[in-house]
Amino acid sequence: MRPEWKDFVGGKWDKEVNVRDFIQRNYTPYDGDESFLADATQNTKDLWAQVLELQKKEREAGGVLDMDTKVVSTITSHGPGYLDKSKETIVGFQTDKPFKRSLQPYGGIRMAEKACADNGYEVDPEISEFFSTHRKTHNAGCFDAYNPEMRACRSSHIITGLPDAYGRGRIIGDYRRVALYGIDRLIEDKEDQKASTGRVMTDDVIRLREEISEQITALKLMKEMAASYGCDISKPAANVQEAIQWTYFGYLCAVKEQNGAAMSLGRTSTFLDCYAQRDLANGTFTEEQIQEFVDHFIMKLRCVKFARTPEYNQIFAGDPVWVTESLGGVGVDGRPMVTKMSFRYLHTLTNLGPSPEPNLTVLWSTRLPENWKKYCAKMSIQTSSIQYENDDLMRVTHGDDYGIACCVSSMVIGKEMQFFGARANLAKCLLYALNGGVDEVTKKQVGPKYRPVEGDVLDYDDVMSKFIDMMEWQADVYVNTLNIIHYMHDKYCYERAEMALHDRDVKRYFATGIAGLSIVADSLSAIKYAKVEVIRDEDGVIVDFKTTGDFPKYGNDDDRVDEIAQDIVHKFMTAVRRHHTYRNGVPTTSILTITSNVTYGKATGNTPDGRKKGQPFAPGANPMHGRDTHGAVASLSSVSKLPFNDAQDGISNTFTIIPGALGKEDKVFAGDIELDLNK
Amino acid sequence: MQGRIHSLESFGTVDGPGVRFVVFVQGCPMRCAYCHNPDTWEMNAGTLMEPADIIEQYERNISFYKGGGITVTGGEPLMQMDFLLDLFTQAKAKGIHTCIDTSGIAFNPDNVPLMEKMDRLMALTDLVMLDIKHIDPEKHKELTGQPNTNILKYAAYLNDKNVDMWIRHVIVPGITDDDKYLFQLGYFIGQFHNLKALDALPYHTMGEKKYQSLGLQYKLSGVPAMDKTILLDKKQVILNGIKKRRAEMADRNV
Repeated sequence: MRPEWKDFVGGKWDKEVNVRDFIQRNYTPYDGDESFLADATQNTKDLWAQVLELQKKEREAGGVLDMDTKVVSTITSHGPGYLDKSKETIVGFQTDKPFKRSLQPYGGIRMAEKACADNGYEVDPEISEFFSTHRKTHNAGCFDAYNPEMRACRSSHIITGLPDAYGRGRIIGDYRRVALYGIDRLIEDKEDQKASTGRVMTDDVIRLREEISEQITALKLMKEMAASYGCDISKPAANVQEAIQWTYFGYLCAVKEQNGAAMSLGRTSTFLDCYAQRDLANGTFTEEQIQEFVDHFIMKLRCVKFARTPEYNQIFAGDPVWVTESLGGVGVDGRPMVTKMSFRYLHTLTNLGPSPEPNLTVLWSTRLPENWKKYCAKMSIQTSSIQYENDDLMRVTHGDDYGIACCVSSMVIGKEMQFFGARANLAKCLLYALNGGVDEVTKKQVGPKYRPVEGDVLDYDDVMSKFIDMMEWQADVYVNTLNIIHYMHDKYCYERAEMALHDRDVKRYFATGIAGLSIVADSLSAIKYAKVEVIRDEDGVIVDFKTTGDFPKYGNDDDRVDEIAQDIVHKFMTAVRRHHTYRNGVPTTSILTITSNVTYGKATGNTPDGRKKGQPFAPGANPMHGRDTHGAVASLSSVSKLPFNDAQDGISNTFTIIPGALGKEDKVFAGDIELDLNK
Repeated sequence: MQGRIHSLESFGTVDGPGVRFVVFVQGCPMRCAYCHNPDTWEMNAGTLMEPADIIEQYERNISFYKGGGITVTGGEPLMQMDFLLDLFTQAKAKGIHTCIDTSGIAFNPDNVPLMEKMDRLMALTDLVMLDIKHIDPEKHKELTGQPNTNILKYAAYLNDKNVDMWIRHVIVPGITDDDKYLFQLGYFIGQFHNLKALDALPYHTMGEKKYQSLGLQYKLSGVPAMDKTILLDKKQVILNGIKKRRAEMADRNV
């Protein structure tokens, strides 16, 4: 065994690249409470004060403090940047100084130019010229291949938020590999992979060989970049500080080269705890030092920034990075994977204060240790900064070394990736079904000229059959648009740094998504259980509805409508599955628009459920606002009936509750109010 | 026996231990000035529901109610004894924890048929949350339009029947926050061995809007919400009363 691996239990991992095996053999489950945690050090407080000051200046400057307009960002394009070198235990910024946004034109030069222009900057004309004339971008490639129907769907918003002008993101490199193996070993592995490809040069083999070469280049550049910060990552990390630093360098390379729609971190805490436990046992570091490393690491993650346009920020409600880190969960052998490091990560919310980034996500299982559950609940109440996902559900498919990309997309770290596919606007599709493919807002014939509904009162069976036909069309044009997008992204904006930290043969999920599920379910329920009359405009296009009588609404644990919702998800997924997918990606869908539901609502006309034109959709799989009248359990229950098999990319539900409604005196649950007569 | 139901809440976290399925019944004889559910007052309104339907709704989401159970509140649950008897008989047959949140106003030890039902109901009830609005008879009448004699007797009755009891008390600035009465309340409830918890509730103004929409006059208009820090001090006064009573009882036993 290598000297850096001293005291670790060996196994498959020391012969092959296998981080999971390392974790399983070496991690120490922790079922104690949070009392061991250390406060922020003075250095941490000083550095964080600096970050807060920069944040303030950034806000005052209108949202962007500084942008690079001359240097195209690559792994090694920028020299080292610091807050205060003497105080930082974990180092590295995307550019040569904090809060300076990098220039990333490979996704699309126009987007890069616009992001600069909208913030008062101008891209160097030479760079604009180069990426318009000499080097094609992902965006240009997509528009070269799109057909007129795809363009019409795109501009009428029946398919929305497509990653054809910006980075698709959603790919998580196994950044832990950098720490465990060091770059040299990973390069050796990639060289072996390249040598193992077939000899017959089919398109697939050529592409694979080219991609692995790109990956090897990225790995070499990672070493170079780390060296500029004085770190030699050619070798494995020798202690927890190095392990965090090496892992972060891996991630940093990804965000230097990809301005993706979600740039998630993975599942690093339990891995890193193996090093922390060893260092504590050997007296290498104290708890306070280890917490300081973690605080500084998280602080860096909070400073990841991208150049984006106001339109982009509108789709995503702000400029989120989605640095999602998955914590906890239970192993396939039944041992909870909660370690002290899981606590240390959440503790950053105390030491640095609440923050939406990194998106700390607890993989929840009924079998998690009680102390951890209590700590999570406490931190949720204090900070409102924790996301929860159902580990018991996902472990069945993904095992115990998966992570979440963005908000709900699960994938096995280093072995699976996804092609992010934005979403299909199902509410609009329903209106197209009624109007025979005519857009209710623009009045243009966007969809196929199917027979529109006749008469003044909507009939459920008639509408349903028309809706299914229209959904088939929508899925067809949607999947084929995505096929173009991902082909072009691989070709012109390949994620070499992230893919260098994957196995050779990855499973690719071909993600699609649905927006407006609750609207469609309620609309169909209204048509079925109440009386819905249509109101046509002068062109005969149905633009409004008059609904008489009550109808079951999704979100009340009422099977009459919940089954409609389940059925739609299943039918949509069936339609998606019918199609060829790029690189044989495994089709999935998600119901998760937790930010863009507002803009989708703006582009969609009146719907039969009573929602007015322009009103926002409910986020994700949420019931429409105010329609779930039977309390949270009934509301959650409706959502939980949606079939995960047909929505494997994730189902999200946004749950908001004031702490006072959860327990008395903002902290104790009612059952705990004991008569403490000793006070 | 069907119940007159105002509404159902599938995620009750403050009406008894654990996460609870809460049944709001329709109808209440009290007219408490600070009531935040005036829409549950009217006796002949609401939806008629079978106990079996309520149990069915509970059971389909049973995984959420581990450590919880069913709470019936309102409205005044004890105005619908037959319904409660049915509901709780079915609940206990399934091992569900049962709780009633009541003002105790319907209790009447002189009413023999009622008491016969009450005895049976209490045998099916795991917890009663008794909301004592005011310890002083006169003040109670001013505040609620009803005397508190039978309410206080009800506490003693529950003690005799060994039914676990939480005392709830809403603390309204200038109306129920007088230390003298709070101490008196504590002293009164301190005598009961079945007392398991004290739930001092801060008065809030969220109910006022409902009065407006119902076209009712809100008597406490202008009274501010209870400050949470002061609330804890007030709760301590009640606890002091309990402690005094307990100390006296201990002395007597020695």
